Amino acid sequence: MTTTTSTPSRWERLRDSFLWYSFKRDRTAQLCLAVFICMVIAAFASPLLAPTDPYDLRQIDILDSELPPFWIDGADERYALGTDAQGRDLWSIVLYGTRVSLLIGFGAVMLQALLGVTFGLMAGYLGGRVDAFLMRLADIQLSFSTLMVAIVVGAVVKATMGSAFYSQYAVLMLILIIGLAEWPQYARTVRASVLAEKNKEYVDAARVMGLRSKRIMFRHVLPNTLSPIFVISTVQIANAIISEAALSFLGLGMPETHPSLGSLIKAGFDYIQSGSWWITLIPGAVLVVLVLSINLLGDWLRDVMNPRLYKG
Amino acid sequence: MIAFLIKRLMHAILVMFVISVLAFAIQDNLGDPVQQMVGQSVPESERAALRDRLGLNDPFLVQYARFAKNAVQGDFGYSYFYREPALEVIARHLPATLELVFAATLIIVLLSVPIGVYSAIKPRSPFSRFFMGASIIGISIPVFLTAIVLIQIFSIGMTVTLFPEGTAWGAWLNSALSTQGNMPSFGRGYDLVHVMGHWDTNLATWDGLKHLVLPAVSLASIMLPLFIRLIRAEMMEVLQSEYVKYARAKGISMRRVYFVHALKNTMLPVITVGGVQIGTMVAYTILTETVFQWPGMGLMFLDAINRADIPLIVTYLMIVGVIFVVTNTIVDLIYGFVNPTVKLTGKPA
Repeated sequence: MTTTTSTPSRWERLRDSFLWYSFKRDRTAQLCLAVFICMVIAAFASPLLAPTDPYDLRQIDILDSELPPFWIDGADERYALGTDAQGRDLWSIVLYGTRVSLLIGFGAVMLQALLGVTFGLMAGYLGGRVDAFLMRLADIQLSFSTLMVAIVVGAVVKATMGSAFYSQYAVLMLILIIGLAEWPQYARTVRASVLAEKNKEYVDAARVMGLRSKRIMFRHVLPNTLSPIFVISTVQIANAIISEAALSFLGLGMPETHPSLGSLIKAGFDYIQSGSWWITLIPGAVLVVLVLSINLLGDWLRDVMNPRLYKG
Repeated sequence: MIAFLIKRLMHAILVMFVISVLAFAIQDNLGDPVQQMVGQSVPESERAALRDRLGLNDPFLVQYARFAKNAVQGDFGYSYFYREPALEVIARHLPATLELVFAATLIIVLLSVPIGVYSAIKPRSPFSRFFMGASIIGISIPVFLTAIVLIQIFSIGMTVTLFPEGTAWGAWLNSALSTQGNMPSFGRGYDLVHVMGHWDTNLATWDGLKHLVLPAVSLASIMLPLFIRLIRAEMMEVLQSEYVKYARAKGISMRRVYFVHALKNTMLPVITVGGVQIGTMVAYTILTETVFQWPGMGLMFLDAINRADIPLIVTYLMIVGVIFVVTNTIVDLIYGFVNPTVKLTGKPA
């Protein structure tokens, strides 16, 4: 690290770090970050960028349905990417759908991180019974696939509450379901690095100073476990977006009036046999580009920060 | 070994107990069986009497004990929709799912081992780079999207007009990229061969196999990248180890070193991950079967959800729970046998 006399600012520290150095040399990472940022901005600026408001029924004309995108004969110049079966502009609805997908992805990962980091810290630092209980719970949950857990919870919640209620609070429900289904990933990672940190001298020093365990856990140990958390967060966002799409595809996610990328793919799939492939494959392509760019970023981050994290 | 076996068994029983409590809680809280059984005109007093006779007013624990006793004896109640025992309905749908999972596993094993090993031996060759790139793309495509794309290409077919038709190369590229699209993408077909009981197989006839191809490839596509990357990573680590260097120094042929000495130790972690992933595939069968209308357990489960067929939902959960627990236990045992260095009774690291 730098040995300057004055403490360097955060920006200077970033500029001197290995992270920045390797980012400057990695074309793939740069491209992926650019694509990802563009998609996030476009998605959250969708009310400004979209020519029509797909949630507004007055702007939709059923006579415009199933128009092809611009490079195919029969396209309408008002709809660059064509229209879906309800006559909604595909470009607008994909923008809005990406926003929904990203919102659920970020929200679910935040919930996972909150639960997983807290439980992981507790399991690793307190040990004993707490550790045994939490890790057994995580084991059991992980021995089922997280997708399975999400599907089952989604199905049961939907059956209990009725589909009208479910679709009204779908965003919240999906965040809760995906967040609850995937916390063990975080808990395990955090626990592993807490166990490595726990016996270091600075923790002993803090304990000798008489600090409470809660403070030691969150203020002293947690900052030193951040890099693996950072690495799995990228992968988890990609996973959460895919899980959301899968749930929506099964009809357990976003309703068609307020679609995410997954429900757009589902809605379009019904029309693929009639030749209107763009309704399903354009949102599909957007989903793949989004997830791919996050996954590639995650790959790069993993190589830079912790090359042995996922091994063994 | 015995101690480990008992410990695993206790674990498995504990997990099944938790699942059964959850499943029962779902059954208990969802819907009213009396309403399903009687007509509109039945008065409230008679409903209450029926409720009492069915034991629906008993405490939770008493009801659970009854449920568990019946479940152990294989009685999960009647499906509302099919009007027959829920276990019977599952048994009818199980073979289709198992055949799908079997075919997908076969594809995964046959492709991932050679590709993984090759890209570990020659990490810099263009072939390896291509597969590493393809595998991260593969991880990023959800299984239902792969399925849709496969349907578009091989079932519906596509006509490519991207290149200029006038030139010879353009016409050639267009016709080379266009596909006929006559692969079946709906159900199992009618050309099934009856084996025994509820088991009709797709594997015996040409038409049956053709129906199996697209669903199996889609299901395999989600796991294949994972396995290629896993096998590659493990193999590369093994190739660094001392005993491989020693074998090489002894002058053993490279083929023997790679495929006999190194591959053995590579497969250890692959077995663990692989076993768990076969359980995970059950979850993905729900998606694959929905896309292809493959009449297996996954499609049945989704239909049961949409019909609020609660006994069938609960039975499915219990059966899937058994599948998961059994595969995980077997994987642990196999791992103990093939890798004696692992301390079976110790705490899992």
